[in-house]
Amino acid sequence: MKKHRLLTALAVVALIGLLGVFNLTFDSYKLRILNLCGIYIILGLSMNLINGFTGLFSLGHAGFMAVGAYVSALLTMSPELKDTVFYAVPIHPFVKAMSAPFPIALLLGGIAAGIVGGVIAAPILRLKDDYLAIATLGFSEIIRVVATNLQSITNGPLGLKGIDRVVNTGWSWGLAILTVYFIKKLMDGSYGKAILAIREDEIAAEAMGVNLFRHKMYSFIIGAFFAGIGGGLLAHMLGTIDPLMFRFILTFNILLIVVLGGIGSITGTVISACVVTSMMEVLRFLEGKMDFGFFQIQGIPGMRMVVFSALLMIVILWYPRGLMGTKEFNWDYILQRKYLNIFNKKKKKKTVSEEN
Amino acid sequence: MGSQVFLQHLANGISLGSLYALLAIGYTMVYGILRLINFAHGDIFMFGTYMAYYAITSFMLPWWLSFILAILLTVIFGVMVERSAYKPLRNSPRISVMISAIGASFLIENVAIVVFGGRPKTFPVPEMFAKVLSLGEVSIVSVTLYTPVITLLLLALLLYVVNKTKTGMAMRAVSKDYEAARLMGIDVNRIISFTFAMGSGLAAVGGIMWGMKYPTLLPLMGMMPGLKCFIAAVVGGIGDIRGAVLGGFILGLSEIMIIAFFPALTGYRDAIAFVLLIVILLVKPTGLMGQNLTEKV
Repeated sequence: MKKHRLLTALAVVALIGLLGVFNLTFDSYKLRILNLCGIYIILGLSMNLINGFTGLFSLGHAGFMAVGAYVSALLTMSPELKDTVFYAVPIHPFVKAMSAPFPIALLLGGIAAGIVGGVIAAPILRLKDDYLAIATLGFSEIIRVVATNLQSITNGPLGLKGIDRVVNTGWSWGLAILTVYFIKKLMDGSYGKAILAIREDEIAAEAMGVNLFRHKMYSFIIGAFFAGIGGGLLAHMLGTIDPLMFRFILTFNILLIVVLGGIGSITGTVISACVVTSMMEVLRFLEGKMDFGFFQIQGIPGMRMVVFSALLMIVILWYPRGLMGTKEFNWDYILQRKYLNIFNKKKKKKTVSEEN
Repeated sequence: MGSQVFLQHLANGISLGSLYALLAIGYTMVYGILRLINFAHGDIFMFGTYMAYYAITSFMLPWWLSFILAILLTVIFGVMVERSAYKPLRNSPRISVMISAIGASFLIENVAIVVFGGRPKTFPVPEMFAKVLSLGEVSIVSVTLYTPVITLLLLALLLYVVNKTKTGMAMRAVSKDYEAARLMGIDVNRIISFTFAMGSGLAAVGGIMWGMKYPTLLPLMGMMPGLKCFIAAVVGGIGDIRGAVLGGFILGLSEIMIIAFFPALTGYRDAIAFVLLIVILLVKPTGLMGQNLTEKV
């Protein structure tokens, strides 16, 4: 156990070192992708907590993100900036007055999303499976419609512009590492065991004394909180947000990450968040002009999403629980497989020869 | 509000409601049999509309032939979707099937963006449906009147098929108990395909009527109506065909009427369905005409 902890610490230090190197060598475009990877790790984990670990099929992520993004952005924007952005409809005086430094704004955004998640969860946790999916999707659409229409608070369809773009690799990956740590601790504890029990068999879990409603509720609130943090980070990375950003397609992207990685696997989500986010950029060539020397293909807009939805279909048809399933990264596995095996074999041989 | 304006809104509401009803039937039948939200249903509806569009504009076919062709193609398409996206997962966890349904929906939408193009197209409305009729002081486009009539005729046909024919009996058997139906010698896969065929056919009719009433075609046009019609099916009581029609009318009428009476709420139009859903799920989760099911352990 001690060895594992040491190895994990070393790995984290190595990761931070690697990120530091990336931070110095990457241009702004690549840094942006790197930051997006970090943010999508947070978003993927928060969805995996609700959908993968607790087994509640929620499609409300875009809504929670919208709450986090709007709350944190409105807190960090200066009153003068707000006046210029809200030129169509004057801003509500309270919204104009509120302000907070970025870390607190981010936290408050997450808390607001968590509260919204709790308020939504209270009535709809009575539902199951597909009803829950449709109801959460419905709430997320309602949040978007409200954001479009509540012009004095959200600036309606015009969205918010000129948000401080303070998110750097430290913020995105720092919070991503913290999220991984938090979710891991959560899943190792009694709470994690309880929600896994709920996923496997609700009735059996209830019979064993697990309070279904309370555990599901926590899962929803924590998931929504991290979604809100992710939304706030996204807002402070892009600099602009508008209601159209938070359509169902955003939830779909996160779902894609969760499903490809493994429904119920932290490791899988982390890997697939990085892979999917990078591939989204790499596959841009599909939409541009392709030159094969002897003939050219005109770029087809929308081709990337075809690839991704086809990928999702392929994975779900052949690996119904995602590529990693519920498996996790494990030091023992790596040590035994890769390196210790050699030692073990040698030892065995020695003992055999000694016996002879 | 004068009585003539009210009548106008009423006609629009009933017409929209019958379009919703046509789509909701497809959801309710599939859910009744497979316990699955066919997320791709809205996209099958979109497919039907585009097929009719291409048959009329590119192949210059007469409108009635185009419509028949579009319906047939959509039926084949719907069955294909079922065969490729749902059939392989028949024994998988429900969460996987649902993800597959969402994936199929997104795949169809994105392929449609690539193939049909992202720019809106204008549906060529045949003259017969574009005529403006004046009844007293109310003037109505004729498609508004035809839609409910066609919907009710199709409903009658469907109820006949489900309640009086052998295939219909098999459908009811499969939806009551999947395993027992299989043991009784019913070819379950054939029945499921038949259900998808009927649902897709109705979706195509709905799509064509939709195209004539709201003639802007977009690859994502099926998304919102799709979600709303599932809600209509839930409101009526999922699994019940008459319930789906009732839910469709309730949803269509309330969307038009709420906005007619409270113009300030126009921007919130798309939220009405979801509010209705959440209210009905809290008050009567089985829907207006649904039966109570007790959970088996």
